[in-house]
Amino acid sequence: MSFLSAVIDGVLLGGYYAMVACGLSFMFGIMKIINLAHGSLAILAAFMLWMIAEKLGYDPFLALIVVVPAMACLGWLLQRAVLERSARSGELVPILSTFGLAIVMENSLFEYFGADTRSLAPYVGSLSYDSFEIGGGLYVGELAVLTFAVAILLLGGLQLFLTYTPLGCAIRATAEDPDTVELVGVNSRFVNAVAAAIALVTVGLAGLFLGLRSSFDPYVGSMQLIFAFEAAVIGGAGSLWGTLAGGVVLGIAQTFGAHVHPQGFLLAGHGVFLLVLVARQYFSGHYLRAFLKSKLG
Amino acid sequence: MSLLSINVLDIRHGLLQAVREVTFAVDQGETVALIGANGAGKTTLLRAIAGAHRASRGQIHLDGLDVTSMPPYQRVARGIALVPEGRRLFAAMTVEENLQLARASGRQGDWNVDRVMDTFPMLKARRKARCGTLSGGEQQATAIGRALMTNPRVLLLDEVSLGLSPLAVDLVYKSVESLIASGATILLVEQDLKRALKVANRVICMLEGRIVIEGDAKTLTREQITDAYFGHYQKRSQTEKAP
Repeated sequence: MSFLSAVIDGVLLGGYYAMVACGLSFMFGIMKIINLAHGSLAILAAFMLWMIAEKLGYDPFLALIVVVPAMACLGWLLQRAVLERSARSGELVPILSTFGLAIVMENSLFEYFGADTRSLAPYVGSLSYDSFEIGGGLYVGELAVLTFAVAILLLGGLQLFLTYTPLGCAIRATAEDPDTVELVGVNSRFVNAVAAAIALVTVGLAGLFLGLRSSFDPYVGSMQLIFAFEAAVIGGAGSLWGTLAGGVVLGIAQTFGAHVHPQGFLLAGHGVFLLVLVARQYFSGHYLRAFLKSKLG
Repeated sequence: MSLLSINVLDIRHGLLQAVREVTFAVDQGETVALIGANGAGKTTLLRAIAGAHRASRGQIHLDGLDVTSMPPYQRVARGIALVPEGRRLFAAMTVEENLQLARASGRQGDWNVDRVMDTFPMLKARRKARCGTLSGGEQQATAIGRALMTNPRVLLLDEVSLGLSPLAVDLVYKSVESLIASGATILLVEQDLKRALKVANRVICMLEGRIVIEGDAKTLTREQITDAYFGHYQKRSQTEKAP
């Protein structure tokens, strides 16, 4: 029973990681940019939600009405002011500029909010700690189920948007060949700015669930970035459903690791990440060797 | 007034000057073949007209409007569409998605997916297929169809026969001829001289970035064109001018 419980917990935790990784994977898939400020942006969103809840007394879910458009605008500005300019100078420059941005954001948040940890859980009643029975004496947390459901809706919504809307089609085409897409009449600058805005909308949602399930301070963004990065890489960077699969694999590994040893939570997560990387290298090399062998005799 | 006019255009690739002082015009409904050996600057010129290369000097006018500094997508909206060398389709997207993308971004007009399918019957059965799985001929047909879906006023075709089987070239050119018959304005870059001369009203031959000969496709002799193509015409002219 404890095995099944761990699997369910791991899968639900994977939903949270998928939500955190979604924007990172989306941005990499479309713009080929690794946004190292991703975690810090999620913390910024969490602080914005906390401010609205604390100062104005609004429910954090309601506060999304303000924070989601604000994050979209921030994404647009980020693309136009930082990412677009730095991407012109090569692949490494956006990594450095987003790394710098993360440091600026973390220290600005520290300057304004101080080192105190905060949480959004007190503003949503019993949601963060209530659970319900799913049969056989197994219980799942309400927040974990909600997080997983929102992650599925978010990824499914993005998939539908990319598949069936003209703008989604333009985003996919821009991701595939940003030069040629202009020759069929698509403004790739606009499309990339929209993609960045969408990525930051997902970051806003991730910030909400981060703040609901744990406490946060200005410097926890880097840890969120690592989890998001691992989920995205395990599932195949740029693939939306792959990100969910990666999140679930990471979540299950961490949950089982935590059952074995208190430190096992992080170790198992990083371990499975490395294992996937090594396996991927091995199999790509294995098939390459088999191909060369068949061709060269 | 010409539909497309190029005035003293220079284009550079770094230190290399790929196109030098090129001036010509294309009238409404005309098909102009741009010919020349590899490295003559034909593709660069075509890409500059589409906006993919920046001109270092000169102007490009479309129906009197200076489009020289416009980005490619704005030129598409005004009626310039390029079928690039190598097709450059979005391989992960279906034929229909490639076509619809162009329709959503281009000018308003009569072209739609069904009309493209009628013009290129080989695509009918491959409508939902991903472009990465198409044959060379089907890819070329899709690339031309994609350009047509933007409802262009001037269609720029870059090496549409390159890498295709003779049968596929025949099929593609049959469709190009039907486009010409319908009154389309086409600027065509082609290595296959015979095909270019068959479909074009006018021929422009380039050598080392310059226009060396320009004239009516029916009146220029094969010798004149061949000489210009290989540089003999220019040298002969220079020799004749020498005292």
